Amino acid sequence: MITLSDYLIVGAILFCLSLAGIFLNRKNVIILLMSIELMLLAVNMNFVAFSAFLQDIAGQVFVFFILTVAAAEAAIGLAILVVLYRSKQSINVDDMDSMKG
Amino acid sequence: MTFEKVVFYLFATILVLAAVRVITARNPVHAALFLVLAFFSSSALWILIEAEFLAITLVLVYVGAVMVLFLFVVMMLNINIDVMREGFIKYLPIGVAVAIISAIEMGIVITGNFGADKSPALVRKPADYSNTEAIGQVLYTEYLFAFEVAAVLLLVAIVAAIALTMRKRPNTRYQNPSSQVVVRKEDRLRVVKMDVEDKQS
Repeated sequence: MITLSDYLIVGAILFCLSLAGIFLNRKNVIILLMSIELMLLAVNMNFVAFSAFLQDIAGQVFVFFILTVAAAEAAIGLAILVVLYRSKQSINVDDMDSMKG
Repeated sequence: MTFEKVVFYLFATILVLAAVRVITARNPVHAALFLVLAFFSSSALWILIEAEFLAITLVLVYVGAVMVLFLFVVMMLNINIDVMREGFIKYLPIGVAVAIISAIEMGIVITGNFGADKSPALVRKPADYSNTEAIGQVLYTEYLFAFEVAAVLLLVAIVAAIALTMRKRPNTRYQNPSSQVVVRKEDRLRVVKMDVEDKQS
């Protein structure tokens, strides 16, 4: 029998892995975006698990909206990436220093 | 150990291994493909707890659209992989430390509050229950406003992505069909009257 904690642990492991991915690949914007997608997947995993085990469909509706927002975020993030590459010829995070921030 | 449990552990293992490869892959294309594998296995995990609609949506939206977009961008850009990898070893200890600490914290919370003995058991739905129908019932009634806001958000994302990446190139030559259509004979053809040339001279 599958329990709720199984799914929560998978979600937690996924979240921690993507957190480590943001630390490890801090030069590469594409891998950073992929790590964010993995994080959202971990959150969705928890939502779906709670929704299924607590018999409440609202969690799955929320996952639906999170998927919408994540798709929009990925599209705009990649558009920004393409514009950045056109102006800098690189997607290195260290090259994004023109605003002196 | 039941069959369900075996399937769960199989897909959970694939998911975690794929996630590890996403963050450690040398080549961004490999990372994107492992992310596809991660999405597929989590979709299988969702089907296991009867969230079929979202599982299919995950495959359609993420694998079908978002990851293809990622792959397109990765392949369009000429990325120097070695420059991207520098700092990987340097940040490995702190990254792993942060991940382990947060994993321990989450583990304490999960096993303390949602341990196997405390969590409610999964109630299997009857055979004629439709997950898609149940979501649709609340999505178009209770969450109608949020649904429409999501639609507007997608529209804004379309406009923003196109506006960001569109560019005018002054040097390219392109056809203008409307001016091609309205052109008349007099604009192009000029009949010149001239004397007959003498061949002998």
